[in-house]
Amino acid sequence: MYGEKGYALVKELSRCVDSLPPYNTDLVNEVANEIKLLIEQNEEDASISTDESSGGISLLSTMRIRHAAIKRNLRCFMAYHYNRIRCLRTMRWEFGSILPADIKVNLSASEIEWFSNYSRSLAKYMRSIGEEGVNLAVDLRPPKALYIEVRCLVDYGKFELNDGSVILLKKDSRHYLPRSECEELIRREFSNI
Amino acid sequence: MPLPSAYCPNYYSIDDILATQERSPSKFLLNVPKMGKLNPSEGEIDLKAGTTLELPTWLVLEICTGRQPIVMPDLPKIYKESYREILKADACATFKTRFRQLMDLADNSISDPSVQQRLDTLERRLFRDSYNARTKLNAWLIESGATIEAANMVVNHKKRKRIDVEDLIN
Repeated sequence: MYGEKGYALVKELSRCVDSLPPYNTDLVNEVANEIKLLIEQNEEDASISTDESSGGISLLSTMRIRHAAIKRNLRCFMAYHYNRIRCLRTMRWEFGSILPADIKVNLSASEIEWFSNYSRSLAKYMRSIGEEGVNLAVDLRPPKALYIEVRCLVDYGKFELNDGSVILLKKDSRHYLPRSECEELIRREFSNI
Repeated sequence: MPLPSAYCPNYYSIDDILATQERSPSKFLLNVPKMGKLNPSEGEIDLKAGTTLELPTWLVLEICTGRQPIVMPDLPKIYKESYREILKADACATFKTRFRQLMDLADNSISDPSVQQRLDTLERRLFRDSYNARTKLNAWLIESGATIEAANMVVNHKKRKRIDVEDLIN
């Protein structure tokens, strides 16, 4: 049956919510080849049916079935890539501009390129808001206090504050920090309140 | 029988692609040359008019319309009269009991994965939504102050990693 491989691609994505399975290069190539093959067969039959006036009509239904299969394969193909990119876009907002290595190995080369382009445009946009720029990826709810108490969850190492002082973030140590500076660390789960 | 061929809810919808893979019995009205491989049991090159095959919905939708329909689709088995009778008798009762269980589960927020596996896709989605709503409400009732939380994906990603490490140790 036509379209089985495209279906398998989409099925693979549907199994993982909120995470990306490895980019399935083999299956993607197979779908692309199936599309190519169908188009070639259709072109061949189209040239026959214009030549012979009598046999032309019956070949039309063959071509219609093949065309439906082409459309279906294309749809699966596009949906696979589109939904992966959507997931990647959410990741930019949640993980920040640097992806963890084990996610990165699951991406294709063009997806990595897309990610860095998206990241760049987003950073450019955020810099352009107001005078100094606003980081839209952090919590957007208004804070109640300027300083908050945080506890480190991992050994992070040295962390420089905006006023130039450097503090050492050790596991399980407690600090009283400006909210704006440690917000991003909390989002990445390096520390909590 | 004109069928709508628009993509619902959109072209890229994974659910729609999965749904349109469902097959329904269709009868061919025309001879289709070179398409014998759609019917592997016959092993012929051409497909004869009158053959009935189980075709996926995406294909049926494309070729049952137009000036010269190629196939005549029939209702899938689960929509046939006899099945409808069964549904009429029991569906409502089943739905009510299952839905009540689902509400209980979501409200009492038991993190028991075995229960979730018994649900089907729709129920699982309902469960997830109501569970999320319940946790949000609880959080709001307990402390209405806004706290900064780790991003959802980051948390899930870390959880997954922890499991991987445990696997390696064992």
